[in-house]
Order: sequence, then structure tokens, then C-alpha cells
Amino acid sequence: MDIVKGVLGRSRLAAAKGITAVENEYPEATGIMQALYPHTGRAYILGITGPPGAGKSTLTDKLAKEYRKRGKSVGIIAVDPTSPYSGGAILGDRIRMMDIAMDEGVFIRSMATRGSLGGLSQKTADAVKVLDAFGCDIIIIETVGVGQSEVDIVKTADTTMVVLVPGLGDDIQAIKAGILEIGDLFTINKADREGVEKLHIEIEMMLELSGSKGWRPPINRTVASESEGVLEVIDSIEAHAKYLKESNELKARRAESIKTELLAMIAERIRRHINKTVTETRDFEKTIVRLQQREIDPYSIADDILDKILK
Amino acid sequence: MAEKRIRVLVAKPGLDGHDRGAKVVARALRDAGFEVIYTGIRLTPEQIVETALQEDVNVVALSLLSGAHNTLFPEVTKLLKAKGLNDVLVVGGGVIPDADIPGLKEAGIADIYTPGTPTSKIIEFIKGNVK
Repeated sequence: MDIVKGVLGRSRLAAAKGITAVENEYPEATGIMQALYPHTGRAYILGITGPPGAGKSTLTDKLAKEYRKRGKSVGIIAVDPTSPYSGGAILGDRIRMMDIAMDEGVFIRSMATRGSLGGLSQKTADAVKVLDAFGCDIIIIETVGVGQSEVDIVKTADTTMVVLVPGLGDDIQAIKAGILEIGDLFTINKADREGVEKLHIEIEMMLELSGSKGWRPPINRTVASESEGVLEVIDSIEAHAKYLKESNELKARRAESIKTELLAMIAERIRRHINKTVTETRDFEKTIVRLQQREIDPYSIADDILDKILK
Repeated sequence: MAEKRIRVLVAKPGLDGHDRGAKVVARALRDAGFEVIYTGIRLTPEQIVETALQEDVNVVALSLLSGAHNTLFPEVTKLLKAKGLNDVLVVGGGVIPDADIPGLKEAGIADIYTPGTPTSKIIEFIKGNVK
């Protein structure tokens, strides 16, 4: 199957195979991404993060439905953690999205974190590009807001929404440092529960402290399971998109994201090159032994090795 | 290619709401290192096949306790073929009478698991037969 032709021709099977190629690092993946790249940059990318059980998937489902009503096609990348013990994963986000599973204008893909060394953000970014080239107008990336790599993933988004729920109490302290800074929008889901006001005030205070530069993140309240407040969330997303465009920040953000991605790619290639030419050589093992016996020092050796690579 | 993982869709076609078995299997498969896409109860064969396509799974594991396996299981294999998903391994489980098993295998269900089957048997079969 010609995956590139298929993706550009809106074949769902080709899009699925393209994402698999990227995810499994198949040899043909680079070629596919090279060919698709000129066809990307058209979709609007929304990142959704927040603690487990906040209702991200349910909210994603409702947002997707509303976008479909407005005639937009939607791509969804749902990221769930890989078990560090078995390497397996249960990807259950689709359970909340089965209503839209048969909609031709929706493409959903679940991805596991696979415990990779920062490689996930690249793979997710590439999966997003596949769906972008495939023709999705809106692409929603949904991750569990627990780790740095997930923060990196949503950073590739144009608009990032943090979903929180009342009743987690001091848990907000724990996640504060990680994910709250990246929120362009905040949504308090399950807002029919006790503790909404308290949470609202806490977010307000946090925003107050961090200070706003031009855009003040709005705080919406939803009961996603009942579709309550979903339209307001979409209004906020659109307001943010409009702000980004008018302030020229969209261009700046995307430039930043391209820069980050390019630097990560270079770093990854250098890492691979070092593995091949340095780490896997017998000289290297000898060097380690000499280091251990304190015959030489690692600072000089690191410089020596770098000099050799650069030659 | 170091990152390749076996992806399995665990799905319940039809109208019964008994998903404990499916959940046990889903966990066992995860613990065996598979990536399990779990989609919940009351799905149509069309939904299952479309999900298998988008998720590009290697295996579809069907669970059904309503008695409609003779209709719904073959419907899934038929639709998979129709969508060009020829490499997907399909297995099924549930309260399935022995007499129905040959017919289901004929219809493309590679293996059938009745109550009491150890999950290790399912894992071994998938590992040995996945394409």
C-alpha cells in the first residue's frame, strides 16, 4: 500500500498504517513523514490534559460532536500510560467516544506512552501530522497530565486546555507545578459536585500569581457527561484561537514548536550516531575500564570523543 | 523496530452487559505486554471493525455472553475482510457451546475460549499466531 498517497487521498486505512509506521519506528516512517510534511500545518491543534478521571475523554467526545455539527472533521490522539512493569497498556479512552466511532468525519487513535525516553512527544507530533495531512480540521491530543513528556506533547498544541475536577483537595498542589502553567484554558468538569467554588478560586489565585501576558486563561465549568457547558468551552477555544491569530502569537508559537521539534530531531540523530560510532565500540569499553581505574578523567575524554566525532 | 508491540482490540459485540470476563482478559493481555484497546459494551460489528481499522490492531478479541455469537462473530470477520483488514487475528470467548465452535472457526475465528480457560492459553495463542 502507498501510505502517502492513501493519506492524502483520505484513506482511513492508510492514515492508521501511517501512524503505526511512526509509532513502531518502521524504516519507511521517515520517508512517509518527509512526503507528508508539505501537506501539514493546516489543522488547528487542541491539547487536553488533566489528572486521571477528570473527564477528558468524555469532554473530548462532546467537543468532537459539536465540531462535527459545525462541519469540521476531527482527529483525536488519545495517549494513555504504558505499565512500567509489563510494557503493556490498557487504552480505554475510546469507551467514552463510541458514539462518534462510526462518524466518517472523526478519526480516533489511541497511543501508549511505551516508556520511551522522550520519544513519545516526537511520535505524537508525527501522528498529529499524519492526521493533519489526512485532512482533519481540528486535532485533539488528549493526555494524562502526570509527567513531563505529556506536558511536552500538549505543548505542540495551538491551544492547551487543562481539565480539573472538584474534590481532589490538595491534589491540585501536586499537579500545580507541572501542568497548570501550560493551560490556555481551564475547565472544571463535574461541576455539579461539591467544591467547585473552592477549585475555581484556587485556579484564579494561581493565575493571579503567574500574571498574564495579553491572554487571561478563562475558567469554564462543565458537566461533560450531560453536555453542559460544552458550547462555552468551544467559545473559549475559538476566542483563544482568535487571540493567537490577531496577536500574531500563533505564528510565534508554531515557530517555537517547529524549532523545539527540529532540535529534538537533531539531538536524537546525534544520540543514535554516538551509539553507533562510540558506545558500541571496543575502545569505549576499554575507556570505561581506564576511567574506573582513574587513569584518565571523563572530562577530557568527553572532549576528545567530541573532537573525533566532529572531524 | 524495537518499539513494536502487539495491539489487541478487546470488544463486546451485541447486547449483553457482562464485561467482567472481557476486563479480566484485557488486564491479562496488558500484563503480558500487549497494548489493549478496550471499548466497553454493546458494540455493533461495524463499530468494532472501524475501531480495529483506526487503531491498526493485530488482534481482535471478541467477548459475548448473550448467545448471539453465531451471528455476530462471523459478521465481524466478514466486515474485517470487506475493509481490507486481512492480517487481523480474530479470537472469541464467552459461553459458547462446543457444537458451535467448528462453525465459528470456519467463519474465521481463529480460536474460541469457553469459561474456565486460563488467560495464559489466550496469550500463548496470540503470541504464536499473530501476523
